[in-house]
Amino acid sequence: MKRQLPLMMVFVFGFAMIIQYFIPHQASEWVNAFLMDWMMIIGVFALALGIWSLIKVSWDKIKYKKPNWEYAIVTLAGLFLMIFFGFDYFRHFSTPIGSDNYMYVHFYRHIVIPIQSTMFSLLAFFIASAAYRAFRARSLLATLLLIAALVIMLRFNPLLGPIQPIMEKFSVWLLNVPNLAAKRAIVIGVGLGMVATALKVILGIERAYLGKD
Amino acid sequence: MKLKTLTVLCCLLFGVVLTAVSQEAADSVIAPDSAQAVMLPSPVLRLSGEDAPDDHGHAIDLTWEKSADDGAGQMNVIGYMVFRADSPDGPFDARSDLLFGVTEFTDAGAMNEGENDYMPDHQDYYYKVRALTADSAVYADSEIFGPVQSYGQWFNWERLAVFLMVAGFLFLMIHFIRRAKGGADLYVRRLAGIEAVDEAIGRATEMGKPILYVLGLGTAADIATIASYTILGRVAKKVAEYQTGLIVPCYDPIVMTVAQETVRTAYMDAGRPDAFSEDMVYFVTNQQFAYVAGVNGVMLRERPATNLYMGKFYAESLILAETGVVAGSIQISGTDEISQIPFFVVACDYTLIGEELYAASAYLGKEPLLLGSLKAQDYAKAGVILLAIIGFISLMLGYHGVVEFFHVTG
Repeated sequence: MKRQLPLMMVFVFGFAMIIQYFIPHQASEWVNAFLMDWMMIIGVFALALGIWSLIKVSWDKIKYKKPNWEYAIVTLAGLFLMIFFGFDYFRHFSTPIGSDNYMYVHFYRHIVIPIQSTMFSLLAFFIASAAYRAFRARSLLATLLLIAALVIMLRFNPLLGPIQPIMEKFSVWLLNVPNLAAKRAIVIGVGLGMVATALKVILGIERAYLGKD
Repeated sequence: MKLKTLTVLCCLLFGVVLTAVSQEAADSVIAPDSAQAVMLPSPVLRLSGEDAPDDHGHAIDLTWEKSADDGAGQMNVIGYMVFRADSPDGPFDARSDLLFGVTEFTDAGAMNEGENDYMPDHQDYYYKVRALTADSAVYADSEIFGPVQSYGQWFNWERLAVFLMVAGFLFLMIHFIRRAKGGADLYVRRLAGIEAVDEAIGRATEMGKPILYVLGLGTAADIATIASYTILGRVAKKVAEYQTGLIVPCYDPIVMTVAQETVRTAYMDAGRPDAFSEDMVYFVTNQQFAYVAGVNGVMLRERPATNLYMGKFYAESLILAETGVVAGSIQISGTDEISQIPFFVVACDYTLIGEELYAASAYLGKEPLLLGSLKAQDYAKAGVILLAIIGFISLMLGYHGVVEFFHVTG
């Protein structure tokens, strides 16, 4: 019963949602909105589980002095400080800007956002290192990749003089014909794969999400 | 001298008379124009309406023939105003202002009672359309049209093609599953990425280092994440058998909960429930780059022998995969996010491209039920290619019916 009940629920709700997609009636939209609300409610409860997991893992690191346990202190300090300042009651710590909580907003704006931007900006360097590895002409296909990449990169280069318009046309062709054809092939495969997986889940063929494959 | 004075006076008099005459002439030119601006325009004709199709109700589609003075005739119609009333006697409320040349309008109201502009279904409505001129006092109303009612439909005919495709696909799946159950040999091509998983786990065991499994940024409702659970289950079972370490940092708390259950069951199946610890699968954060920082930190501190990235990935894919390269790990990835596939291809040793991620569960299990669904996918792909060719040929021949049928708008 422990396994049958979830499978039955997935079957019923899965088919209900498929049918709902084809029924535009108000009743159908209401069911959809109701189930979406439930998803949000479950998500909120799950967040509590997530936070508990984070606290437990970090606390164990500190308690048993596992390697690099000091970082766990920073993690927990960040978590509790943001919760602390997040409460409206603590607004007296601040000089409010409108209805914003001063400390909470400033921690976010001046610590979280810059750190996240830093992480994102690493992407530029990683693209360069990945491109260096990818564009080595070790085989025919790798050489073709290298040529295609060079054409795409050079298409806006004004130093090319009269070759530049030809390069631009060639790069547009590369993007719109072979590239797009391959992309569409993958998209069609992905679309069918998604439908197949969804149907497998609904029909109970695929049940790994229940903890059993 | 007297003659000179007389001549000047005569000239002045002539000038005054000439000015007066020309002013009178100018006035007579302006007068007819201003008279024309207030002329009554022709009203719109054949106003009709019906319930808007394939919707939840609460909307009426209106059409009409534009006024004879809209873009022709007196050319004085500058727009239209649509009015609605509950009875033919009014009062009529303005619903929308439209530009000249427009001949249709959907009058849509709110669905829920209590909302602003609530428009109940199954109620009689009456409409008229007013042809407007530059002078707000000069307009022409159409004949009143009504009664007309709105109501919701029980099938969206705009999505008929989708319905037929899904039904056809379901039929194919059931057919091939039955064939596979009957013992038919269904060929599945080799998936190098999946075959490399065992090798990668073996390497981790030999090196005495853990395996890092990243489920991506998807939610538990994403198909890519669901497919990833299957692979995680297989990996966790092998890891339990080989007694290797497993680290699964999660981005989404629901994904974490499901992943914990998946790993726990895998350890039980492997006969090592005691080796399972909930700390193997833990929540990091649901901030994209904070999560990346957390996972990268694990990579650089723990130096896992193998990194597996399976699921939905966005901009973080390359940051993760390149950090894995720096850490010297074997990397296997799989995603259905097309824009991230090139990043994984260049940075990982093996990549499952698009649908291969979904096929992995069937490939790993070799169960007839799963293999049957895989075969149905192949036939559906052949069907899509065939339809694309038919659509292409029909367009070449000037017939748009096939393309229109598959053009889902609603």
